[in-house]
Amino acid sequence: MGKIVGLTGDETAAEVMRQINPDVVAAYPITPQTEIVQNFSQFVANGVVSTEMVRVESEHSAMSACIGAAASGARAMTATSANGLALMWEICYIAASYRLPIVMPLVNRALSGPINIHCDHSDSMGARDSGWIQLYSENCQEIYDNLIQAIRIAEDKEVLLPVMVTLDGFIISHAMERVEILEDEKVTEFIGEYKNPYSLLNVDNPVTWGPLDLYDYYFEHKRQQIEAMEKTGEVIQRVGKEFKEISGRSYELMENYRLEGADLVIVAAGSTAGTVKAVVNQLREEGVKAGLLKIRAFRPFPAREVSQALKNAKAVAILDRSVSFGAQGGPIFLEIRSALFEEAKRVPVVNYIYGLGGRDIGIDEIKAVYRNLERIAQTKKIEKLVGYLGLRE
Amino acid sequence: MKEKGWKEIPLGGLILEAGNAEKYATGGWRTYRPVRDEKKCNDCLLCWVYCPDSSIIVEEAKIKGFDYEHCKGCGICSAQCPKDAIEMVEETKFVLQEKGE
Repeated sequence: MGKIVGLTGDETAAEVMRQINPDVVAAYPITPQTEIVQNFSQFVANGVVSTEMVRVESEHSAMSACIGAAASGARAMTATSANGLALMWEICYIAASYRLPIVMPLVNRALSGPINIHCDHSDSMGARDSGWIQLYSENCQEIYDNLIQAIRIAEDKEVLLPVMVTLDGFIISHAMERVEILEDEKVTEFIGEYKNPYSLLNVDNPVTWGPLDLYDYYFEHKRQQIEAMEKTGEVIQRVGKEFKEISGRSYELMENYRLEGADLVIVAAGSTAGTVKAVVNQLREEGVKAGLLKIRAFRPFPAREVSQALKNAKAVAILDRSVSFGAQGGPIFLEIRSALFEEAKRVPVVNYIYGLGGRDIGIDEIKAVYRNLERIAQTKKIEKLVGYLGLRE
Repeated sequence: MKEKGWKEIPLGGLILEAGNAEKYATGGWRTYRPVRDEKKCNDCLLCWVYCPDSSIIVEEAKIKGFDYEHCKGCGICSAQCPKDAIEMVEETKFVLQEKGE
């Protein structure tokens, strides 16, 4: 049997990286990700992993080193947050375009400026078009489970794309929770071995990585990436089923929490989903038909599954922990509103931007959202399409 | 060369065949064409040493000419030639000649 331990989110990520035992980890510290790299460095120093640890001088170099390693046939990992992700931006696109299955925990933090070290999703949401798969985690257990599955998803032959597994900065990264850890051997067996068929170091079969790709083939290579993303949904589901067999915990593209017969539905990603669950339970006891749809995979976005889950709701509120300046709402809202366009019956949908720069969101705020949904369901009128939760006027 | 569709090409922009740069004719980039004066040339082969595109054709230590399929017309051969035996001539001249103008 595995064991049950108390770990913070960052410690959980480091622990699962110990079990994965990547060939190469190239990373640079940044709050609130620092403890992942710090703890993992100790594993390297103590010799409990055989990883080649590259202490790079920036995140741009961290991702570059991971690309070199992965192209050479190594299983490579890194971790970052906010401005660190911003600095590796250019290279993130290259990792995805070269189809390198790099896995990266991303500790969600607000992007500067003004400078802020606390949680929001502006970093990962900004990278949503980079070609990376994105899995959002609600708690420490999900970080553990998502990172193990991420290795399998990334390296699947149908996929071959990098994966970022997000966790909310401080709220999860620095909060200690109960985590069930699998036996090392079980993890090793589950993830298997990474084999790059076109290793950069294979002198018997030399290939060119990263050649110039102009108007004659670039478009075709982008189409291949689109195809890989389209196939990823099924792979996430398949890996989720296989993971259940070794862990007892099941994972889908999203989590439907008390959605059956739910009239009023909140959609959320990350740690806030846990708070919403508590509110749903309270409201259900009071006879209110409340439910939650928790986003796990944001890239690829499971549009069909989401619209199926929401089409019978009487009112839906989408919580976004990031802003898309000048857009019609937050990134999750835009996806879902677009997905619901295909439904014959119009479902009223509103958007709430919340929690920017780590602004706390509690039970009272979420209850207020459900009360507003109740009003919308009764009156069939949306007074405000995009609202701001917990903002002082 | 017929260009392939997205299902037919390797993933990630990889090129699986070594030494394939030869298949890419870069001669069309040329604005000035190197032309050798055989009387001045003493086959010292400095142009062959300096050419960045391996476009000086040499047989048995004698210069036979230029590979105009790949020569980009950079002019390094002309600049390095100690005998001033290589002249860079505008491509338009040859185009007009071919048209008989």
